[in-house]
Amino acid sequence: MVELMNKTNKTETIKIKTPSELIGQSTPAVDKRSVFNTKNFNLWYGDHHALKDINLDIKENEVTAIIGPSGCGKSTYIKALNRMVELVPIVKTNGEINYRGRNILGASYEVEELRTRVGMVFQKPNPFPKSIYDNIAYGPRIHGIKNKKILDEIVEKSLRGAAIWDEVKDRLNQNAYGLSGGQQQRICIARCLAIEPDVILMDEPTSALDPISTLKVEELVQELKDNYSIIIVTHNMQQAARISDKTAFFLNGEVVEFDHTDKIFSTPKDQRTEDYISGRFG
Amino acid sequence: MASQGLGKEQSIQEMIARSRNNKGKKFIEKLMPIILVITALISVLTTIGIVFTLIFETFEFFQRVSITDYLFGKEWLPFSGSEPLYGILPLVLGTLKVSVIAACVAVPLGIAAAIYLSEYASDKTRRTIKPILEVLAGVPTIVYGFFALTFVTPLLQELIPSLKIFNALSPGIVVGIMILPMIASLSEDAMSSVPNSIREGALALGATKLEVSIKVVLPAAISGIIASVVLAVSRAIGETMIVSLAGGATPTFDFNVTGSIQTMTAYIVQVSSGDAGYGTTIYYSIYAVGFTLFVFTLIMNLLAQYISKRFREEY
Repeated sequence: MVELMNKTNKTETIKIKTPSELIGQSTPAVDKRSVFNTKNFNLWYGDHHALKDINLDIKENEVTAIIGPSGCGKSTYIKALNRMVELVPIVKTNGEINYRGRNILGASYEVEELRTRVGMVFQKPNPFPKSIYDNIAYGPRIHGIKNKKILDEIVEKSLRGAAIWDEVKDRLNQNAYGLSGGQQQRICIARCLAIEPDVILMDEPTSALDPISTLKVEELVQELKDNYSIIIVTHNMQQAARISDKTAFFLNGEVVEFDHTDKIFSTPKDQRTEDYISGRFG
Repeated sequence: MASQGLGKEQSIQEMIARSRNNKGKKFIEKLMPIILVITALISVLTTIGIVFTLIFETFEFFQRVSITDYLFGKEWLPFSGSEPLYGILPLVLGTLKVSVIAACVAVPLGIAAAIYLSEYASDKTRRTIKPILEVLAGVPTIVYGFFALTFVTPLLQELIPSLKIFNALSPGIVVGIMILPMIASLSEDAMSSVPNSIREGALALGATKLEVSIKVVLPAAISGIIASVVLAVSRAIGETMIVSLAGGATPTFDFNVTGSIQTMTAYIVQVSSGDAGYGTTIYYSIYAVGFTLFVFTLIMNLLAQYISKRFREEY
């Protein structure tokens, strides 16, 4: 709580969020810049082998885009990163996904703890049917923050962080469903920021939004990457090119290519990547 | 009309035009709305008819008994020969005792069951349990009445020796059991219709399953849950057989639940099955009591509408 109160502006937040602090003392010192290190990860929906031998090393304070045609497993992959994929009862996995050096698939890893560190923004805006204020305060509240003053601060800071404060500051007590789709999505991003996660997963966050709202969310992603590591699944290749530092191209459950975004889009190594980004399929 | 009769040569548009010009079809198209309006009116008119009968006969009753005596009288002694007393409060209290006990039993259990069914149970479990609940809702109330009198009352007498054979507690509990499936089933419907995306949103913030159930799904479904509770309590207020069998026939004005009581409905049964002659004050009294009962459930329903509107969380 003290930490939360001290963070009154972004610069301080950056200072506090150093990797060593986030890792803490007990975690072994692996590659400190790595957030999610996936090793030989496989996932099945029943008999369907949806993700095949995935190896990806995602770095912090970057925007990593995951592109690929429908059904290639890109959404499944980011849902595996906060273990939301387990909500489907028939899912089986093996391999490793190391978050900050610890395997999240291990039996001792508490999924609630993981999800407080790894936030998620969904394809369709899904605010709670509550007031804007209660939407943002929900996360802090369930994690034990009850003090009204601190909550007020968190709400304002999160809404500012999601670039929607000015639009909603006069109607914090109104139902979030009264907002437009683009505003709702930014509320969802603010809700995610309210518990100050380390990583934000975004599952096609703009696919249900109009172009102007999309632009706002994209600009927001650019701002957020100073403080957060962002992994974004997108259907829209231009979007990946515009906002991401690295891009992973998924096809039929495999990672075809993973590299700096400018390389993927200018000189892809794999023919299939070139075919996809030049619009020959998908 | 060369093409007539030969399907192959007839164009689709011609066939459509012919069907559209069919007189019979046009007639049915005009007739059906009228029939539908009539069927709708039947139910509305029946309700209005019932209410008017109640009002007329109740009016007749108040020609004989003063309305203040009726509303504020603490003694209900219609059969005491020369000086009958018609104070409704003991009957109202009897009904309230049973309904409150029933609600105390059914509301927590019903909502807990609904949370289990909607949030925790597997599809298979839900598919097994829900039909069983609905069967339970279909058990005739006379069976519940016997259950209360011959099973629950003796059981309770083991625990509370001072409990009379006719009392408020036993029928209260059994009425609660009777309305429990209704609350559980309707609340489950309300909770299941909360979109999954909202649950996912909460889970993704690190909420536990219980936190999602209590702090997201329950509030989102609250209007449906309140509606189910009010509907169930309305049924408890109007419940007749269980209270007639196990509650007794002694209208008392106190808050004791171990002694014999009489509810409004049980009084109506007592008079209807007895030999009160047409046109006597006792005969008219059942309409007054019936009307009171009607006012109660009406208020309950209006209250429910107001509450569920106020607490509705749109999604």
